[in-house]
Amino acid sequence: MPGITREEVAHLARLARLELKDEELDHFAGQLDDIIGAVARVSEVADQDVPPTSHPLPLTNVMRADEVRPSLTPEQALSGAPAQEQQRFKVPQILGEE
Amino acid sequence: MADLIKLTAAEIAAKIASGELTAVEVTEAHLARIEAVDEKVNAYLHVDREGALAQARAVDEKKARGEKLGPLAGVPLALKDIFTTQDMPTTVGSKILEGWIPPYDATLTKRLKAADVVILGKTNMDEFAMGSSTENSAYGPTGNPWDLTKIPGGSGGGSSAALASYQAPLAIGTDTGGSIRQPAAVTGTVGVKPTYGAVSRYGMVAFSSSLDQGGPCARTVLDAALLHEVIAGHDELDSTSIDAAVPAVVDAARNGSVAGMRVGVVKQFRGEGYQAGVLQRFDESVELLKSLGAEIVELDCPSFDLALSAYYLIAPSECSSNLARFDAMRYGLRVGDDGTRSAEDVTALTREAGFGDEVKRRIILGTYALSSGYYDAYYGSAQKVRTLITRDFEKSFETVDVIVSPTTPTTAFPIGERADDPMAMYLADLCTIPSNLAGNSAMSLPCGLAPEDGLPVGLQIIAPAMKDDRLYQVGSAVEAAFVEKWGHPLLEEAPSL
Amino acid sequence: MTVTDLVSYEDALAAYDPVMGLEVHVELGTKTKMFCGCATTLGADANAQTCPTCLGLPGSLPVVNAIGVESAIKIGLALNCSIAEWCRFARKNYFYPDMPKNFQTSQYDEPIAFDGYLDVQLEDGEVFRVQIERAHMEEDTGKSTHVGGATGRIHGASHSLLDYNRAGIPLIEIVTKPIEGAGERAPEVAKAYVAELRELIKALGVSEARMEMGQMRCDVNLSLRPNGTEKLGTRSETKNVNSLRSVERAARFEIQRHAAVLSSGGTIVQETRHFHEEDGSTTAGRIKDNAEDYRYFPEPDLVPVAPAREWVEELRGALPELPRLRRNRLREEWGVSAHDMQSILNAGAVDLIVATTEAGADSASARKWWMGELARRANEDGVDLAALPITPVQVARVAALVAEGSLNDKLARQTIEGVLAGEGDPDTVVEKRGLKVVSDEGALGSAVDEAIAGNAAIADKIRGGKVAAAGALVGAVMKATRGQADAARVRELILERLGVTEG
Ligand SMILES: [Mg+2]
Ligand SMILES: [Zn+2]
Repeated sequence: MPGITREEVAHLARLARLELKDEELDHFAGQLDDIIGAVARVSEVADQDVPPTSHPLPLTNVMRADEVRPSLTPEQALSGAPAQEQQRFKVPQILGEE
Repeated sequence: MADLIKLTAAEIAAKIASGELTAVEVTEAHLARIEAVDEKVNAYLHVDREGALAQARAVDEKKARGEKLGPLAGVPLALKDIFTTQDMPTTVGSKILEGWIPPYDATLTKRLKAADVVILGKTNMDEFAMGSSTENSAYGPTGNPWDLTKIPGGSGGGSSAALASYQAPLAIGTDTGGSIRQPAAVTGTVGVKPTYGAVSRYGMVAFSSSLDQGGPCARTVLDAALLHEVIAGHDELDSTSIDAAVPAVVDAARNGSVAGMRVGVVKQFRGEGYQAGVLQRFDESVELLKSLGAEIVELDCPSFDLALSAYYLIAPSECSSNLARFDAMRYGLRVGDDGTRSAEDVTALTREAGFGDEVKRRIILGTYALSSGYYDAYYGSAQKVRTLITRDFEKSFETVDVIVSPTTPTTAFPIGERADDPMAMYLADLCTIPSNLAGNSAMSLPCGLAPEDGLPVGLQIIAPAMKDDRLYQVGSAVEAAFVEKWGHPLLEEAPSL
Repeated sequence: MTVTDLVSYEDALAAYDPVMGLEVHVELGTKTKMFCGCATTLGADANAQTCPTCLGLPGSLPVVNAIGVESAIKIGLALNCSIAEWCRFARKNYFYPDMPKNFQTSQYDEPIAFDGYLDVQLEDGEVFRVQIERAHMEEDTGKSTHVGGATGRIHGASHSLLDYNRAGIPLIEIVTKPIEGAGERAPEVAKAYVAELRELIKALGVSEARMEMGQMRCDVNLSLRPNGTEKLGTRSETKNVNSLRSVERAARFEIQRHAAVLSSGGTIVQETRHFHEEDGSTTAGRIKDNAEDYRYFPEPDLVPVAPAREWVEELRGALPELPRLRRNRLREEWGVSAHDMQSILNAGAVDLIVATTEAGADSASARKWWMGELARRANEDGVDLAALPITPVQVARVAALVAEGSLNDKLARQTIEGVLAGEGDPDTVVEKRGLKVVSDEGALGSAVDEAIAGNAAIADKIRGGKVAAAGALVGAVMKATRGQADAARVRELILERLGVTEG
């Protein structure tokens, strides 16, 4: 049975951008281990030659014409912004690219 | 006034159309009811008094001008707080969206407004529709009007409780794993999960995109059908919307009958974990169907045993991605922006503070199931199970017209009982989940009270995709037979609040 | 690492064999975004072309732009790819503030086009076949402005401002298979490939592919392996190399840098690198560790794309004349060598020259200006030819003025300089700068007389038959007229006055 460790939960939390507290890591590690243990049964069918279903409907090729529709006004677009400046979303400094 | 709130939607609409009642009177009566009882029930997160009265006045003016009114014009409705509304907050039961007023209306919201339905307010729900008890709401649990210490089901517990406590004759729910049907079952009301793609998801905050489906909640099968016709139909803003005529559900509801129909009973939908009283009422329902002229067929759907497992991989996987957008940058809560922290840190702190336990649990579970090295074993296999479930349904519907089962294995459980036992909580959706995975349609309607606790039991009817009308045809026949047997609608037995 | 630490290019190639992978993102020129109906007009007000979908608002959903799909198929066909009979979009999950949903709607293991090739011609006429791995559809991100830092860069900024007008604009990502066997010509192949691809995209009419506008962006992946070995080395990914010239320089720099690291016993780190236009160097960016896990899965909000075979064949049948064939045709029409034609292509001048001839110039003078004076200027300024502030119509006007004798070469160059400096149209520049050839015979005659009188000794030599000495007098006249005379006419007049005829 696959185990899910505290460290693994910490790694997943980083990927998911959740600043989990220490006690949450322990708590979730235990619970997720139980859940994964229970749902891992699905891998019983892993070897079966069955196509996966990603959509419950057999639809294909739903497309729209390349025609402009009205956008929101910038005021509407920014209406929920926690902070704004110069008609733009103001966000804390971004790390990373440089 | 006490009588007015107990009218069905169909009756209200008829009385408004005939001039016997005004929409304003009806709305005021419901607003008064909300004022009187919702402190106890906590069904609503937001009540739009002024907006509702304005909508009602507009209906009365239309009527005064002699304009033709739609079939639900002036009927009040409780809208699950998962659909965007330009004139009301949309929180999805989460702190992360507290106070957010969307700059756009969901397609469903637009359809309701266009049909002159009066939206009273937004109802409580498990945060992001993740839960079966409405205890996961950031705004406190909702009580079950049958017993306020019990859960009203979830995630749409606010909508079902509003109906059961006569705070609205109609409500909207969403059903990802049973969130319309399970609350309907435990509150003695009617709820329908239409075929996937029947009701637009545009403006419905996504939990698990390939499973989510909005649908009608009501106190009678006919009312559900009337609402179904208003909200269903193709929407070009939703790529997964069905571009075909909506089945004639209102006609079906008006012409209930099961004579000559073949009704399937699935072997896998009983056994350990099912409450005795629930099975008893279910078996009686099957007998009732027989007495109404249906032929009962035993079905074996082995893949259904894997449905819950597949669901608890697919839904968290999709939600881990759908909920990534709540990052404190463009809308909603922002925590920890003290001028020195990075965007990355602010995002992580905000999500930590803004999401509740169940949401975090599912995000982590989904992140795990999708991560490289695990994808094939978990997400990939779950999608294969989905194929097998669809095949079991297809095979079954070759021999039967509809399938019936208990909606939930148990009646409403006490608030707090399963709150920190996710696996126990997940069992509430055992019978409802297969239809979400396969995308077909299903209904829950009351079939009596469990003898051991006196709480409502739901009967689930399952029909093939695009055959939603069969739910109403069978449902209204069963409903009529039960009402005749009981001498009144089941809800009349609920304690007055 | 500084430039001085690099191994020389020759030494690098003597020891190592470069392998490249090129990833090109092309912004399509559709009227609307890939998944919503917002306009894509350039220069709009910040956040004025956004909607619930491209802002990633809760509840919003994507709907595929049919022209986005059509363009992807056209590009795939032009790249000799197979077109998927059935494919899906996938979500690429990672957090970044310029990406509204914190996943990019892209394609993963089911690209719409795959397994193709593009033949590119090098300067000496050699044709090199670049194998194409795939071309897939995806969406662009928003734009961030970094505030408070010294130079508008992320580093040191106090906060950032986000404009999502660009978020959701359709992108086609075209990925090559590893490009092997190019040896010392790898940088040239890289540049020729991107140039050819750009021509192709423009010919298909799916994008203007203007690199300077960010409509076409290239990532250069490069690794070295010791000569004669098979195993691929660790690669670096140099991101957003946004001109043809930079593509070549980036590849060259990375070859030299990798060689320096490897030959000193070091190891190459798998990382993204940033290219610097100023000195052609690259610097380290994000390290690609194993924590990067995009958790791709099929996009549940979109249904599969299954292009009907009839549609694909219809699109194939309607493909325009492909650039290489068109170039061969133009080469014949213009009467130039394969080598010259390749230089014209690499300079990004084919369409400029065609447009200039369409505006009335003869092809020889159109070529002369674009490949001469203007190419030199573009090179000096480090910009693409098309980015110069002069239009083919303006160049054609200059050519016309020369043809009618109003300008000589020198004055024409000054006119072009004026246009480039933003002084206006050629006619305006000629007018303002007073650049017309002095063709007033009287004025010219007296200038010639003065030159003869002031240079009696030279005049005598000419009279004595040393016609070659006339150049000095011509120079004197040109000086006196501040270059505004037709030198040939001046020479004629001098010889006429001195009574000699050209031998
Ligand atoms: Mg890409
Ligand atoms: Zn948009």
